Amino acid sequence: MNNEIWNRNKECMSRDELSDLQGKRLHKLVDLVYHNTPFYRHKMQELDLLPADIRTIDDIVKLPFTTKADLRDNYPVGLLATPMSEIVRIHASSGTTGSPTIVGYTSRDLEIWKEIIARALTAYGVTRGDIVSVGYGYGLFTGGLGAHYGVEHLGATVLPTSTGNTEKHIRLLRDLGVTGLACTPSYALYLAEALHKQGLSADDLKLRIGAFGAEPWTENMRHEIEERLGIQAYNIYGLSEIMGPGVAYECGCKDGSHIAEDHFYPEIINPETGEVLPVGQEGELVLTTLTKTGMPLLRYRTKDLTTLMPGTCACGRTSIRFTRILGRSDDMLIVRGINVFPSQVESVILEMPEFAPRYMLVVDRKNNLDTLEVQVELRPDSFSDDMGSMLDLRRKLGERLKSVLSISAEVKLVEPNSLPRSEGKSTRVIDKRVLA
Amino acid sequence: METIKQLSVFLENKGGRINDVAKALGEHGINMHAFSMAETTDFGILRLIVSDVEQAVGVLRAENFAVVLTDVVCISCPNVAGALSAILERLAEHQVFIEYMYAFAQGEKAHIVIRPSNLEECLKWLEEDDCDILADKQL
Ligand SMILES: [Zn+2]
Repeated sequence: MNNEIWNRNKECMSRDELSDLQGKRLHKLVDLVYHNTPFYRHKMQELDLLPADIRTIDDIVKLPFTTKADLRDNYPVGLLATPMSEIVRIHASSGTTGSPTIVGYTSRDLEIWKEIIARALTAYGVTRGDIVSVGYGYGLFTGGLGAHYGVEHLGATVLPTSTGNTEKHIRLLRDLGVTGLACTPSYALYLAEALHKQGLSADDLKLRIGAFGAEPWTENMRHEIEERLGIQAYNIYGLSEIMGPGVAYECGCKDGSHIAEDHFYPEIINPETGEVLPVGQEGELVLTTLTKTGMPLLRYRTKDLTTLMPGTCACGRTSIRFTRILGRSDDMLIVRGINVFPSQVESVILEMPEFAPRYMLVVDRKNNLDTLEVQVELRPDSFSDDMGSMLDLRRKLGERLKSVLSISAEVKLVEPNSLPRSEGKSTRVIDKRVLA
Repeated sequence: METIKQLSVFLENKGGRINDVAKALGEHGINMHAFSMAETTDFGILRLIVSDVEQAVGVLRAENFAVVLTDVVCISCPNVAGALSAILERLAEHQVFIEYMYAFAQGEKAHIVIRPSNLEECLKWLEEDDCDILADKQL
């Protein structure tokens, strides 16, 4: 196993020292937002809080939460804690629902960002000798540029392939002997498929390490990606509101993602009540940006469901880990005791160009057994008069879904443009069990 | 090559969809000479022989139907016992298999629509047997 650690001082800090550092940083942070972000000043005033009331990291529970809605309400730059002249970069998330959210970075924020990505890449085993293809979208999305500067900071070679031209991507992977790949897990599977279609296999490539994130993925997908691309696949976690990729990352143990805790303070809460849960219980991940200066956030509710794992990891890092995130608190369905997220279904459908990116999940209970039906729109140009190939298509989607969801779903092909076009959970999921 | 264009339409198995197709075509004065439906539990493929196939494609696409054109062979079958089976046997002998077929009557004649596994071979052997192969304009 790879034992390299990028920043041993911080990643392997004693827990006491870390708490101390987190407390000091939190105090500074609260002072910053109280004086520079009217939104937070008002919220703290409502709670009768002064910056001086926040002395140790344990005082964090006194502070208000921040939600995605707060970001939208303060669109575009109401949550900046610094004048625009200090902001050197802006990213925006499209937001699957509603208006975009804007995040501004100071040059110090960008330094921290590339530092944490270098930590992640090192944990995966990437070294200066590697060539890493960044297949995340470049642009307003944080994935592309975030990973890009992290690879450069580490001293490896970055190949900014972005998304899109898969044929060229494969050609460059081969011709340059690219060894690392950073992209979404569904794009990795798509690449594997494209490789296969060209009559190539993992043996034709030198890829050895993959950093995958930006969407939920399962252990099954990890195995499939590792097998088909001949690599070790690791999770990278992040969200644009907090920073972008690199907030947390797996190590060689592949047993939970380490949070860069000197920069991001994690809590787990009950998503219904907001109550802070003891370490080890599953709930919604809440993150506070301890060191950000552009757009720092207090107790940001990520909506991601996970469990914190205390204790020193076999890799030597002392930073706390969290378990694999499969989806978001407001989306989760439980079918036959298994957590199912619409986003998982979506990622599978997006991989298959024969289908339009629209679907409907119908959950029902028949003979005391939960059933899951996935309705998906056929693209008009994928329709064939050959019944055999239509059935193959349906079967292929069913198999993919099963490998990702870990339960079988009944696939129903529906006519083009027949599913509701608006977004949001209510229109993508029909849970008949609730009605019964 | 004497083939005709068959129109295939993707349909969900829900009430009234065949009627929706018939209605859309009817409103544009397009005649349905024949149709056949291949079904699964959740969807089906409706296969049609119509009077104006190009126009029919436009009409159905405008209504958001997924449609595709397929070349099929249409023969006019003599009304003699065993005529059809003789033709099919002849094709099978030459490794031409039938993916699907359906029949329809026009006036006093019976027509058979055949989707063979190999179009060229199928036509070759049918012609050799002097079968009455129909073209689009003959319907
Ligand atoms: Zn570890």
